[in-house]
Amino acid sequence: MKNEFIERHLNMNRRKFLSQLSLGVGSLALGSLLIPDIFGKGAAAEDAAFIPGMPHFAPKAKRIIYLFQNGAPSQLETFDYKPKLRQMMGQELPASIRMGQRLTGMTSAQTSFPLVGSYYDFKQYGESRAWVSDLFPHTAKVVDDICIVKSMFTEAINHDPALTFFQTGAQQGNRASFGSWMSYGLGSENKNLPAFCVLLSRGKGNGQGVYSKLWSNGFLDSIHQGVQFSSGENPVLYLNNPEGIDMANRRQMLDQLAALNDQSYKEFGDPEINTKIQQYEMAYRMQTAVPELTDLSKESDDIIKLYGPNCLVPGTFAANCLLARKLSESGVRFIQLYHQGWDQHGNLPNEMAGQARDVDQASAALITDLKQRGLLDETLVIWGGEFGRTNFCQGKMTADNYGRDHHPRCFSIWMAGGGVKPGVYGETDEFGYNIIKDPVHVHDFHATVLHLMGLDHEKLTFKHQGRRYRLTDVAGKVIPGLMA
Amino acid sequence: MFLRYGRLTICFLAFIAACNNDGAPGQQEEKLPEIVDYNFNIRPILSDRCYACHGPDANKREAGLRLDIADSAYKALKESPGAHALVPGNPMASVLYQRISSTDTSLRMPPPSSNMTLTAFEIKLIEKWIKQGAQYKPHWAFVAPVAPAMPAVTDKKWSRNEIDHFVLARMENKGLTPNPLADHERLLKRLSLDLTGLPPSAERMDRFGKDTSDAGYEKMVDELLQDTAYGEKMAIHWMDVARYADSHGYQDDNYRSMWPWRDWVIHAFNENLPYNQFITWQLAGDMMPNATREQLLASGYNRNHKITEEGGVIDEEYRVEYVTDRTNAFGKSLLGITIECAHCHDHKYDPFSQKEYYELFAFFNNVKEIGLESTVGGPETYAKKPYMEITKEDLNGVLHFINKQDTNKLIVSVMGDRDTLRKTYILGRGNYDNHTLEVQPETPHAVLPFDNKQYPANRLGLAEWLFDKRNPLTARVFVNQQWQEIFGRGIVKSTGDFGMQGDLPTNPQLLDWLATDFMQHGWNIKRLVKQMVMSATYRQSAVVSREKLRADPDNIYLSRGPRFRLPAELVRDLVLQSSGLLVHTIGGPSVKPYQPKGLWEMATSGRGILASYKQDHGESLYRRGLYTFIKRTVPPPSMMIFDASNRDQCEVKRSTTNTPLQALIMLNDPTVLEASRVLAAQLLQKDNNIPHNIQQAFRLIVCRTPQQQEVAVLQKYYEQQQQLYKQHPASAAKLLQQGEYPMAANMEPSAWAAMMQVITTIYNLEETLSKT
Repeated sequence: MKNEFIERHLNMNRRKFLSQLSLGVGSLALGSLLIPDIFGKGAAAEDAAFIPGMPHFAPKAKRIIYLFQNGAPSQLETFDYKPKLRQMMGQELPASIRMGQRLTGMTSAQTSFPLVGSYYDFKQYGESRAWVSDLFPHTAKVVDDICIVKSMFTEAINHDPALTFFQTGAQQGNRASFGSWMSYGLGSENKNLPAFCVLLSRGKGNGQGVYSKLWSNGFLDSIHQGVQFSSGENPVLYLNNPEGIDMANRRQMLDQLAALNDQSYKEFGDPEINTKIQQYEMAYRMQTAVPELTDLSKESDDIIKLYGPNCLVPGTFAANCLLARKLSESGVRFIQLYHQGWDQHGNLPNEMAGQARDVDQASAALITDLKQRGLLDETLVIWGGEFGRTNFCQGKMTADNYGRDHHPRCFSIWMAGGGVKPGVYGETDEFGYNIIKDPVHVHDFHATVLHLMGLDHEKLTFKHQGRRYRLTDVAGKVIPGLMA
Repeated sequence: MFLRYGRLTICFLAFIAACNNDGAPGQQEEKLPEIVDYNFNIRPILSDRCYACHGPDANKREAGLRLDIADSAYKALKESPGAHALVPGNPMASVLYQRISSTDTSLRMPPPSSNMTLTAFEIKLIEKWIKQGAQYKPHWAFVAPVAPAMPAVTDKKWSRNEIDHFVLARMENKGLTPNPLADHERLLKRLSLDLTGLPPSAERMDRFGKDTSDAGYEKMVDELLQDTAYGEKMAIHWMDVARYADSHGYQDDNYRSMWPWRDWVIHAFNENLPYNQFITWQLAGDMMPNATREQLLASGYNRNHKITEEGGVIDEEYRVEYVTDRTNAFGKSLLGITIECAHCHDHKYDPFSQKEYYELFAFFNNVKEIGLESTVGGPETYAKKPYMEITKEDLNGVLHFINKQDTNKLIVSVMGDRDTLRKTYILGRGNYDNHTLEVQPETPHAVLPFDNKQYPANRLGLAEWLFDKRNPLTARVFVNQQWQEIFGRGIVKSTGDFGMQGDLPTNPQLLDWLATDFMQHGWNIKRLVKQMVMSATYRQSAVVSREKLRADPDNIYLSRGPRFRLPAELVRDLVLQSSGLLVHTIGGPSVKPYQPKGLWEMATSGRGILASYKQDHGESLYRRGLYTFIKRTVPPPSMMIFDASNRDQCEVKRSTTNTPLQALIMLNDPTVLEASRVLAAQLLQKDNNIPHNIQQAFRLIVCRTPQQQEVAVLQKYYEQQQQLYKQHPASAAKLLQQGEYPMAANMEPSAWAAMMQVITTIYNLEETLSKT
C-alpha cells in the first residue's frame, strides 16, 4: 500500500502540474471526472498545507462502510453485559451513579428511575471472550474480527443533534458530512462511480427519520454530496433512460450533443463547456456501470445464503450490505448505510428482536464476505448508533416489557477491518451508566477513523466564512488502542 | 520496510513541494508592490496565519502578543521586555521578522504544529512592509464608504455609466481591453434571465430584435423591471438569505405555512420597497409605530429558521438555538460578518468579542416563544407562536397579494416581543444553560457603536442603526450581493464575510461608489439593478480568448461579460417557459411537482403530513422553481443537484458545480421529457417543415437563431430518429408517455418522438442552461 501511496503522489503531482499549465477546470475533468474541482478553483487549493485528493500518510484503510443504526440501539441488549441490572431489577438508580446527568423531556418528569436488566441473555464468544447478547448470533461468530468499543460517548441527547454530530462533527449547522470529507480528502477510486454513496433501509421498530442533510456536502462543493443508491430498478436518481430509449439511442443523442457543445466551445472558449461534455460522458458510463453493479440477481447461492434471503429484496438492510460490498469492491470511498427503527422508548424486548433480525446476519456476512475476498484489511466497517440508552426504565415496566430513554454517557459500537485492532475496548461501570475506562468521544472516533484512512484530522481542513473547518471541529484525538 | 518507504515518502513530498513552488505559473513573476499596503498585502497574511494565537481572542492569546492592533504589536514584548515584535523601519530588529524568517524550527513562526506556513514571497512582503514603517490601517470594511472620485481612463468612448469608469480603469491598468458588445440575441437572454429569471418570450425576442438602438435596450430593461416575474427572480436569492422552507426542519420535519411571507417578498420587490424599509419591516415590522398587517407579516423573516417538534427536547436549549440562528443570519446576510464565530469565544480574526455577540443576541432574545411549542400535529402546529392569522379582511385589503385559494384557517409565524425583558447573559462556551455575565442590547463596536440616546434598545433601534449613514457595511453588503447575482461573483467574493478572513474587494472604489450612490438614492433596489445592467461592463460579449483566460481566468477585471450556469430554479423555469407549459400564477402554497418515488418515505419518522410525498397534478406541475415545496430534511433532489440551498440556515452564495448527476437530470427528468414532448407536438401541429420547427425550438430554448450548421446536425439527427421510431413504433409510443400533460391528437408517432428527441437534445446543450 505504501508503494501505491507514493505512486499516487507522483500521479497527483503530475496532474496538478498539468492542470496548472492548462486552463481552468475544463481540462481537469479528464483526470478525475467526478471530482473535477479537485485541484481547481476550490478554496482549499489555496491552502499549501493540504492538497485535496491525497492522504497525509500511508493509510491503513482505503474505504469505509458505515452501518449506521439509526435511532440508537441499546448497549445493554447488544454488547455491554450488565448482570447487576438484572440483580437490581426495579430498584432505584443510585444518585451517586446518575450524578445529575440531564434527562430528556420524556423522562425528566418521571419520579422514579427503576433499573432494568436485559431481557436477553449474554454469552462469551471467540478468543476475546467478548460478551454478545443472544440477539446477535451471527455477529457473535465473527467476534474475533471486530473491535467492540464499549466506551463511546457523545454530547447530544436528542436524535437530530446526535445524528448530525456523528455525521458532520457538529450538532448544529450545515456542515459537511463524514463521507463528503472523505470524498474531498481522498477523491474517488472509480471514475464511473461517486466517491460517497448512501443506502437507506428501515426496520419495524419505532422509527426516527434520517435527513438528506446527513449526507450533505455542507460548505464543500456539491460534487462531494452523498449519492443515494439502492438495489432494484432505479439504483440512482434519474439514472434510467425513459422507456423507449435504449443505450444505443442514448449514445446517438450524446454524439449530437457533443458535436454541438464542441462548436459552442470553439465560439466561446469557456472551459466549463468542455467540462460539460466530459460530464455527459461520465453520466453515460454511470448508466452502464451502475445497473451492472446494483443488480444482485446474479449473486451466487453461497452469497445469498451468507447474507440471508432478504438480500434479494431491494431496500432491505441485507440487500444494502451486499450492495455496499459491491460498491466498495468497485472503489467507492465511503458507503453510508442507515437502518432506521432503533428508538426503543417502549416495547424494547420485542422491537429489538425484530431490529436485530434485520441486521445481524447481513452485518456479520459483510465481514465474512470481505474477509474471504481479501478486502477486509483495506475496508473499515463500522456498526453503531448515535447514542446509548438508559439503564433505567422509561414508562411502565413489566416482567417482559420495558423501554429505555436516550443516554449519551456511554454506548457501544463496533469497528472491523482496515487497521482496527479486534477485541474489546473501554469499560463502563457495573450499572452501564458511566465510562470507567478509555472513553472515546465522537471527535476521537472521527480522528481515529481519519487516521486509519491516512488523514490527519487537524490537517484535513476547508476554509469557509473565514475559518478553517475540520470534521473534528476543534477537538478530537487519535486513539492508538483502537488500531492494530 | 516502513522506514525505507517512509523516507522515500518524505523525499517525494519534498519533491512535490519544490514542484509546487516552481511549477505554479504566475508565482515567479509576482513582484513586490512599490508600496506595501497593510489592508491589501499584510493583513490577509497576519489574519490567516497569526491571529488565531496573536489576535482578538483574549483567551487563546499566546505570549501576551497581539498583532491585530498596532500599539500592541509595537509594544515591548511581555516575555522579553527589551525586544519588540515590530520595530517600524527595521525588520532585523523586529522579533516578528526574526521568527518568521528563522531556519530554526523551534523558533520559527508559525510553529510547525499549527500546520501553517508562510511562503518566501509572504516573508519578503512583511519585510518590506516593516522597512516602509510597518504602518497599520483600520480594516477597510469597518470604515464607512466615501464616494470615490471617478478614475481617469484612456478609452473615453467605452463607458456608458459610472460603473464602467471604475471597471475600465482597473482593466487598463492590467493591460486588458473590454470585449465587444454581446450580440443582440444573447444579450436579451442574459438580461431577461437576470431581471425576470425567465428566458425571453418569442414576442420579446421579435420586438427586441427589431430595435437594436440604445433606447431600445433601455426600454427593454424598464419593461423587464416592471414585469411581475422580476419580484419572483429577486425573491429566490432572498429566500436563501431568509432560510425559507415549507417544513419546520429537525427530527419530524412536519409542514409549516410560511408561504404568505414569501408572497410578501415577491410583492415588496415588485413594489420596489426601498431596501431600508424592506429590511426594517422584516427585522421589526411588529414594533413599528401603528404597525400595519403587512409590516407584521414581513417580520416573519425572523421566524423562517428551523423549529423543533421532537418530543423530549429541553425547551431552553432550542429557544436559545432559535435566537442564535437569528443573530447569525443577521450578521451574515445584512452585515456580511461572521459574528457566529463569537458564539462560544471571542472572534479569532475580527474584533468581535463574545460579549458583543450576546449583546447583539439580546436584540432577538425577547420573543414570546418557547423551544418546543408542540409536537407533530394538525393545522394549529403549522405556525408557532407568536403568529398572525390571515383574515378575509386582510386578503381583501392590504394583504391582497397573498395568493390564498381556499377558506381554511391560515396562520403565519411572525415576530412579537414579551412585555417584560428576558435577561440576556453571555453563555459560557455557547452552552444554553451556562449563564455568565448579564449583557444589554448593543452592536459590535468595530462596526459602529449603538447610540442608546438616538435609538431604542430593541429590534427597531437595531434597524435604525443598520441604516445609519455611518454604518460601513449595510449598503456595501447588499450591493455586493446584487453584483454577485448579476455578474456571478461578488466584488467581495466572500459575500458573507467582509471581515479580516474574507476576500478583499477586487475593485474597492467601485464597491464604495455603488454603496454610496445606493444610499444617496434612497436605497432604491430597481435603480441599483438597472444601473448594473445598463453598464457597458454588463453588455460585453462573454467570449473568452485564450489570452484573457490566461491573464484573468476568473474574470476579476471584468473584461468580458458574465457567463454562468443557471441556478436550480431557473433551470426549471427555462424548460417550462420555452415549452409553453409554465403557469404564471404568482405565489400561493408551495407545490409538489414530479419527484422520484420513495424519497420522503425512505427518510421519515413516519409522523405528520409530510411522511409521504403526495405529488400534485394539473397546473401545480408547471409552476416556477421558487414555488417547489422545500421539505428541509429531504429537499427536492433536482434542485439540490443544481446547487440550491437546503435552507438549513442563512445562505448568501451558492456554488455552481458541473456534474454528471446534472446531466442525468436533464436527460431523464420527466419535467424535461414532458416539455420536449409538448413543444414537439405544438410545433408539428402548426407546420410540417422540419428545419423550420428545429429552428423555432432552438430559438425558444437557446434564445437565438441557430446557425445553419446547428440546424443541419439536428436535422440529420431528426431523420435518423424518425427512421428508428418508424421501425420501433412501440418504443415511440412509450417515449411519448412522459408526463401528465394531455396527449396531442392526430400525431404521427415517429415524427413526434423524433422531434421530441431533438428538443431534449437542445435542452441539454451547455448554452441552454448558461447565461451567455
